[in-house]
Amino acid sequence: MESFALLFDGFSLATQPANLVYAAIGVIIGTAVGVLPGIGPALTVALLLPVTFKLDPGGSIIMFAGIYYGGMYGGSTTAILLNTPGESASVVTALEGNRMARSGRGGPALATAAIGSFVAALIATIALAFLAPLLVKIAVKFAPWDYFGLMLIAFVTVSATFGSSPLRGLTSLAFGLWLGLMGIDQLTGQARLTFGVPELLDGIEVTTLAVGLFAIGEALVVASRHLYKPEKPIPIKGSIWMSMEDWARSWKPWLRGTAIGFPIGALPAGGAEIPTFLSYNIERKLSRKSEEFGSGAIEGVAGPEAANNASAAGTLVPLLTLGLPTSATAAVMLAGFQQYNIQPGPLLFAQHADLVWGLVASLFIANVMLLVLNLPLIGLWVRLLAIPLPWLYAGILVFASMGTIAANPSVVELLLLTGFGVVGFLMRRYDYPIAPAVVGLILGPLADNALRRSLQMSLGDPMVFLQHPSSAIMTGIASIALVAPFIFKGLSRFQQDED
Amino acid sequence: MRNFFRHGLMAAIIGSSLAAGAISVSAQGLELTITAPAGAGGGWDAASRSLQEVMMATGAAKSVQVVNVPGAGGTVGLAQFVGSAKSSPDQLLVAGITLVGASISNKSPVDLTQVTPLARLTGDPLVIVVPKDSPIQTIDELLKTIKSDVAKAIWVGGSAGGADHILAALVTQAAGEDPSKINYVAYSGGGEALAAMLGGQATAGISGYGEWQGQIESGDLRALAISYPEPIEGIEAKPLKAQGLDIELVNWRGVFAGPGVEGADLEALKASIEKTVTSDRWKELLKARGWTDYYAPSDEFKTFVASETDRVQGILKSIGLAD
Repeated sequence: MESFALLFDGFSLATQPANLVYAAIGVIIGTAVGVLPGIGPALTVALLLPVTFKLDPGGSIIMFAGIYYGGMYGGSTTAILLNTPGESASVVTALEGNRMARSGRGGPALATAAIGSFVAALIATIALAFLAPLLVKIAVKFAPWDYFGLMLIAFVTVSATFGSSPLRGLTSLAFGLWLGLMGIDQLTGQARLTFGVPELLDGIEVTTLAVGLFAIGEALVVASRHLYKPEKPIPIKGSIWMSMEDWARSWKPWLRGTAIGFPIGALPAGGAEIPTFLSYNIERKLSRKSEEFGSGAIEGVAGPEAANNASAAGTLVPLLTLGLPTSATAAVMLAGFQQYNIQPGPLLFAQHADLVWGLVASLFIANVMLLVLNLPLIGLWVRLLAIPLPWLYAGILVFASMGTIAANPSVVELLLLTGFGVVGFLMRRYDYPIAPAVVGLILGPLADNALRRSLQMSLGDPMVFLQHPSSAIMTGIASIALVAPFIFKGLSRFQQDED
Repeated sequence: MRNFFRHGLMAAIIGSSLAAGAISVSAQGLELTITAPAGAGGGWDAASRSLQEVMMATGAAKSVQVVNVPGAGGTVGLAQFVGSAKSSPDQLLVAGITLVGASISNKSPVDLTQVTPLARLTGDPLVIVVPKDSPIQTIDELLKTIKSDVAKAIWVGGSAGGADHILAALVTQAAGEDPSKINYVAYSGGGEALAAMLGGQATAGISGYGEWQGQIESGDLRALAISYPEPIEGIEAKPLKAQGLDIELVNWRGVFAGPGVEGADLEALKASIEKTVTSDRWKELLKARGWTDYYAPSDEFKTFVASETDRVQGILKSIGLAD
């Protein structure tokens, strides 16, 4: 009950007119910048840090919260409409969202993303307020072997789910894993597969690969087809709002996405990518219309978007309770706290309770503002797709290149982007799924580190993965998920024989 | 946005009024660009932006821009800086001990001895901790544990070859064991390593004191020693030197100019930095950020960088990270 009283105090801080203005500015800047592919929320918050020097700590942290949530939402808009995910967490949203947009259902896709994000962030913020101290105790118990178990689950489900055949999925995944090995190995500090190019020492940027494969590859495919059959601009079919069926198909994925996103986001090395992939796979398995996946299923937008936003709230758990930033934006927010000589950590809730609860309350408010700001904009956004295709794709090429250069101004980066564009074109041409390559790049290094850290701590004993109950369970789930499809296939063949 | 304009306007007014008032003092007309060889949010970025703020507020420079060039522990930024700054009088670089280690272990063609040291700015102590449930109570007991089985003593800390790793190697050496046998589990930084400490998966951990201050004060971690040569006010843990180990290691950061800067240009930059770091504003900022003042002027810093480079090279060789 004490939490309620404190939260009430928080609301009275966050609803002060000045703080409402800061939240509104944060949300608007965050959305505006998030829409540009390549410029993520972290860069925005970093640029704004000196600006907020004159604000009181409460005001500046509240503004950051608005930027954080706004940036997350803006990222999904470009992912859906232009197939250019601005950050790794919205890669999955682009999968189904862009298919929906291209079949004229961009409005419902944006709406389910907006409302799903709202629902997820609302629930996750409540969870943050009440569960944070408890959750963090569990999260720090998550050891390298547990992370490796989680990665195994992600790998197995992803490579089995995408593509027309498991072999094509695995080939694409292997490509991503190979890219993921490039750069300085975190555990030994040695360079791997960098071919003497210093720009490769930090590895391949996920957004460069995603934008190259998705957006540039797509533009090349459209251009190659254009010679034979000129395509017309995409007409908007039906209402730009969600129909009853859309609602019926969306609300469960929202809740499931939240349930997956928040706890994984709260893990010290969880991040937003794994929950979005897991959510996508679960929705695909559970959907009554799973055949629509790959051609624009609304569940495939609703679930991952909810998971994405819930995990954003989740990352605040380790930030506020441990002082542990698990995303680039959180790292900048940490710097923001330190600027006022406030050290996030176990004592933050005790020493600066007013600030913490003010932040939680302003997250609620930022959320409501986002919804109010974005729903009316949907009608405007979808008009983007009415632009003639050559113009639209020329624009996509320009924005994709500009975003990449803005994030990392180097020639090598631009060459990589172009190279990945060509690879994306070839993968589409020969029917290889693209998503597993991106998954491989994101999860490969994480799995590599988790595996080797586990073995380092167990002095080389591989039994470490089965000795701890939590990792044993996850390894078990992964093996079942790997074997089960083959058994089911065998069973159904068996049944067919009987007929 | 009002504050933004007010802030910007104030800086502009201060800058222009000083420029107008100064006739012969060239330092006050400086228009500088600081390269932070790291992404936004890290220590070098924070140090660069702090310098920017204080230099402009005190009038040590007319305008200051910060450019982030992240990559490979700072070696990408350093290589770019060496290539572009040359003898340019308006280019600065902020870097520290991590870059010394990174240039060696990445076999970078450039290192910090090639640029011109202007001043050492801050030096943060590293701290050696154990989990609160650990039976280890003192640094001597930790040394005994290492001696009993060096491979079973699991260290966690920041990236491989960084200051944390180097300190772990020095302590292992002090215990009389071969540092190449050290079992050091590298994380991307003190934050991620913290989870491994709190989860009880490690024997001991090393990080910047500030990063783990909260957990040390709340009692979740037990600090055995700090690596700073002298005791620090407000930090209970004693220096390694005071506990009978001849080890000191400071996570220092400093500011550098291009490789070919000399003569009047160099003097102007030195004067500008000196004006900045002796201001009250800088002292307040250090306090607010929790940074320890470790100022050394240009000449002293130059000798220091050379000796640190030799020392780090030697240690990395003993761990097996450098040839």
